[in-house]
Amino acid sequence: MATVKIPPVLRPSTSGEKEVSADGATVGQVLGSLASEHPATKQQIFGDGGELNRYVNVYLNDEDVRVLQGLETEVGDGDVLVILPAMAGGAF
Amino acid sequence: MVLPPLQNRPCGGRYTDLVQAIGNTPLVELRRLSPRPGVRIWAKMESFNPTGSVKDRVARSLIEDAEEKGLIGPGQTILEPTSGNTGISLAMICSLKGYRLKVVMPENVTPERTQLLQMYGAEIVYSPGDQGSNGAVAMALEMAEADAGYYMPYQYGNPANPGAHYNGTAPEVLEELDGEVDAFVAGLGTGGTLMGNARRFKDELGDRVKIVAAEPMQGEPVQGLRSLDDGYIPPIIDLSLLDRKIFVTNSDAIVWTRKLLDEEGVFAGVSSGAIARVAHRIAGELDEGNVVFVVADDGWKYLSSGIYTKPIEEIEALESTLWW
Repeated sequence: MATVKIPPVLRPSTSGEKEVSADGATVGQVLGSLASEHPATKQQIFGDGGELNRYVNVYLNDEDVRVLQGLETEVGDGDVLVILPAMAGGAF
Repeated sequence: MVLPPLQNRPCGGRYTDLVQAIGNTPLVELRRLSPRPGVRIWAKMESFNPTGSVKDRVARSLIEDAEEKGLIGPGQTILEPTSGNTGISLAMICSLKGYRLKVVMPENVTPERTQLLQMYGAEIVYSPGDQGSNGAVAMALEMAEADAGYYMPYQYGNPANPGAHYNGTAPEVLEELDGEVDAFVAGLGTGGTLMGNARRFKDELGDRVKIVAAEPMQGEPVQGLRSLDDGYIPPIIDLSLLDRKIFVTNSDAIVWTRKLLDEEGVFAGVSSGAIARVAHRIAGELDEGNVVFVVADDGWKYLSSGIYTKPIEEIEALESTLWW
């Protein structure tokens, strides 16, 4: 079971919950479990082809999964996933 | 006349003006920060540039590129979205070269930035603070579209930005470490520092060098005002050049900014704290080698926030400020 931290923008889709627990051996499976539990999150996180939406970043234990193995990145018990909107850096 | 031998190596050099003195920054080992005896952590002190940040390199490259291509001439007004450092660098360079500068920046940056920009004669247009850098970019793009008289270098999409690092920062590091670079860590903003250095290091060293991005995790008050569709990925960013991309929270960034100061005497800005934290993490995963990280700017612009002296819990607007 992994913990998924929900950004403020997605909380209306998770009944206000800031973090939820979800099952899965990969990032894709964990996010899939989240989407089954809270269907309104699905179209915000995934594109039509089931890929991560372009402006959604997902971090596994602080690391961007796009630079790891994407949705195939393995998730261990107790791992933490964070969903965030992609943003340009601040003070540049 | 016989001159005394030079005691320090190298001498800082001799230049025809301040713009030419940009770059050639020191590389300093931070021994107290290394978690392992065989791993050496090196700080590339971009804070030693004339206006105190790595952006001096970028601004010079953007302006000289436009000059070489004949895109700007005397008296030209230059327009650029920036939350600070690039604007300050452009302001210094434009004042010396005789260009007018207008910068678009979020209203919630620290007051020192406003003063520095005004000091060099730049005009400031504020964008909504809750939209961060993305808001400044959007506003500047609209202004440029509405008035063809502006020249916008657009650091987020201009190859001259990474080019400054491909031809400057990376060769300097390679020279100082005789090509022995195992990991390079820098902050992810426009992507210029990471992409330019990454390409050069990969070209010269192949996969032996790991390129690591430290990324700001915006605080909830900033996140809360944004939708997932508002994202912005600077066009110069090519994620395939990165081996790792790790976020750092505002409070961790400040803890590490203090650590740099207290343990190594390095007075740096908040992004450098975040980058140092990631460099330390990467160093802990290696058995031996050289980890290089970028000290992107010095700390003067952040003094009013009290981050170097106050307990962390007393720092105002910790989560709603765009620290980097």
